[in-house]
Amino acid sequence: MSSDVATSGPSGSSGSSGSSGPKGSATGRPSRAAVLRGRERYIPVMATGALLLAMFVVGGMRYEAFASGQIVLNVFIDNAFLLVVAIGMTFVILTGGIDLSVGSVVALSTMISASLVTGQGWPPLVVIPLVLLIGAALGFAMGSIIHYFDIQPFIVTLAGMFLARGLCYTIGTDSIPITDETYTAIAQTRIDLSAEMFISPSVLIALAVVVVATYVLHYTRLGRNVYAVGGNEQSAMLMGLPVARTKIAVYTISGFCSALGGVLLSFYMLSGYGLHAVGMELDAIAAVVIGGTLLTGGSGYVLGTVLGVLVLGLIQTIISFEGTLSSWWTKIFIGMLLFVFILLQRLITARRS
Amino acid sequence: MAPPVPILRMSGICKEFPGVRALSDVDFRLMPGEVHALMGENGAGKSTLIKVLTGVYDIDAGEITLDGAKVAFANPLQAQQAGISTVYQEVNLCANLSVAENIFIGREPRRLGRIRWREMRRRASQLLGRLDLDIDVTAPLSAYSLAVQQMVAIARAVDISARVLVLDEPTSSLDAGEVEQLFRVMRRLKDEGIAILFVSHFLDQIYEIADRMTILRNGRLVGEYLTSELGQVELVGKMIGKELEDLTELDEKPKELEAVERSQPFVEARSLGRSGSVEPFTLTIHEGEVVGLAGLLGSGRTEVARLLFGADHATTGEVSVGGTPVALRTPRAATARGIAFCSENRRAEGLIPDLTVRENIVLALQAARGWSRPIPRRRQDELVDKYIQALRISPANPDQLVKNLSGGNQQKVLLARWLIVEPRLLILDEPTRGIDVGAKAEIQRLVASLADGGMAVLFISAELEEVLRLSHKVGVLRDRRLVAELPNDDDLTTGVLMETIASGGRT
Repeated sequence: MSSDVATSGPSGSSGSSGSSGPKGSATGRPSRAAVLRGRERYIPVMATGALLLAMFVVGGMRYEAFASGQIVLNVFIDNAFLLVVAIGMTFVILTGGIDLSVGSVVALSTMISASLVTGQGWPPLVVIPLVLLIGAALGFAMGSIIHYFDIQPFIVTLAGMFLARGLCYTIGTDSIPITDETYTAIAQTRIDLSAEMFISPSVLIALAVVVVATYVLHYTRLGRNVYAVGGNEQSAMLMGLPVARTKIAVYTISGFCSALGGVLLSFYMLSGYGLHAVGMELDAIAAVVIGGTLLTGGSGYVLGTVLGVLVLGLIQTIISFEGTLSSWWTKIFIGMLLFVFILLQRLITARRS
Repeated sequence: MAPPVPILRMSGICKEFPGVRALSDVDFRLMPGEVHALMGENGAGKSTLIKVLTGVYDIDAGEITLDGAKVAFANPLQAQQAGISTVYQEVNLCANLSVAENIFIGREPRRLGRIRWREMRRRASQLLGRLDLDIDVTAPLSAYSLAVQQMVAIARAVDISARVLVLDEPTSSLDAGEVEQLFRVMRRLKDEGIAILFVSHFLDQIYEIADRMTILRNGRLVGEYLTSELGQVELVGKMIGKELEDLTELDEKPKELEAVERSQPFVEARSLGRSGSVEPFTLTIHEGEVVGLAGLLGSGRTEVARLLFGADHATTGEVSVGGTPVALRTPRAATARGIAFCSENRRAEGLIPDLTVRENIVLALQAARGWSRPIPRRRQDELVDKYIQALRISPANPDQLVKNLSGGNQQKVLLARWLIVEPRLLILDEPTRGIDVGAKAEIQRLVASLADGGMAVLFISAELEEVLRLSHKVGVLRDRRLVAELPNDDDLTTGVLMETIASGGRT
């Protein structure tokens, strides 16, 4: 009689498979395949590293004077500001968001710096912290809107992008040169590493940002919460993690990094201009994605972003070495690389699910 | 035996939703160190009671006391902090993080703000060891099966000093070995004095693990019983509020296979297969025939269905429908030939939770007509009302959002969607999983009557009794291969089926 009732499901306990059943292996260590699957998150970063190495080797074989340490250091010198901006973007993308305002905030930062230093004669030691504060405040505001009004980050930061770019022109429509002694001194400083190799102070600042960002992401609660929110925001909320604080924090960090990138760019260009860093948000996103960070969030490393920026920089270097190619080829290569890396990500996430 | 002082007591609980009285005057108590099953049909109020307890809903009347103190939780987090943790069927963890992190995130061991990874891993291994789980805690959670993920969720819950652990349908997606493993963990926690509230639709499991049960029906308390003192038949009677005649009515065997196979074959698959998915198989389904597919979870049952529905591409073999060879390249092509597929994964692949019952039901018919020819509203109402009544969908309100329906009723909505397109072959993949006995019997009866009306049915279920009760013949799958095709005669029993599954058809 009782067998008429729905008694046993797939889990019907009666005999067919006891505790040592075929699936009992769930208790043991994950199968080799499972562990490999878990380690797949390192593949994109390793792919970027391999690509970078290959580019360097090919460049070294093709062009004389390419395979020198200074070439690599120049890539750092010319892209220090992009690196800082891309690190901020990494935080945002790790939570599954996006920040389109970074390029405009960079421009606004150069503009504010230049107008205050050149126009008003303020000391740089006051101006620089002020600019950083403004950048962080803009990021904080956007993050708050994104979280509390539950609006797509894309559209909020798009609004922020227009706003910041527009604000540049309220300060001035022309380029403002910076002639302040501190700025020119920093711009001209060379830190010698050896007889033929040197870096700029901006590179040191950018590398410091890299170190701090890595530490924050891997050794602090904030960093782990960033990964958790990117992995599954709903779960993060149910696990009692401070989702609101985390989301607002990443946009604040991105705003701060953009402002710092702007300061570095004003060292590099020695001017403030509303047309600086047009489209830099896209370069930053490209660097982060080529560095292996998933656009859906939850997976990626600061190291990847560093490699991504280096790849972009090295493409430019190779094209300038080639001489006959127009600089638009940079865009073409970046475009192709992006396709390849997004496909790679797709393959890995598809396999995982 | 459980000590006499309950750790948790809910009394006089009432909860009303617009138009529905979900709980009226329900009492519930939970002793430390017991596994207490909450029983009832779909819509009886089990989920509501759990949600009231864990702070998802607030209560209209009644009170909850934990350890003698009156409590009211505004959200699940507060409940968790007070010691009531819930583990759902869907694991609410972050699959991208490591196992250790999932247990400790938000409460990582730190020194001067720096996370102490080594310490965290050590404590995670220790904690999982307590649950008899020896896994690599540095691997990401996504590397493990759902069962292990669930146990990690339990480990997290227990470590946040859970005194009350709520397990809501944890076994629905687990296979037998995994259920055993879960039960071992539950017994261990029970011995440590944790009170466990357990919900499952599998009666065998309830009898294996639960000490005591509380039965709900239509939002009211039926009673609290010791598992050892209430037989399965009585239990089911109390759950559905009537005797078992409805279920036994179907006990008569389906028609003779020979009689059915004299009719036209509707679908004939010859050496149909897909590499890496299912080995080539040959299967014929006649008009008016119910073909059951039996096999373990992951044996290729769903893959067979997906091939016949065109959801996956076959790499070998051919199909003919109604005598003509066809290429079922897309579900659309299959639908056009009268094949309908009710997915096992009703949430992800079937229903659209934010649309109404009406919209969900007419979806497939509308798609078949093409979007340029909307179904007139009057015709929609007619059809929807007809099927709401025929399938006894409750609440019988076509404008209710599907997400507000209980699991069994959602399943019926999905069935109704495919029935109104009047398919000639209906593929049902686990149509009765996770729904209660009453609704199960209704769906089984419906399948039998559809087949009587000439519809061909491919019926996939993990419950062998159910397959046997409905099918004219049973295909047995094992390791992604169709190993046997057995006529459902008097000699075929669940025992024979189990042996076939176990031996792979070799005798």
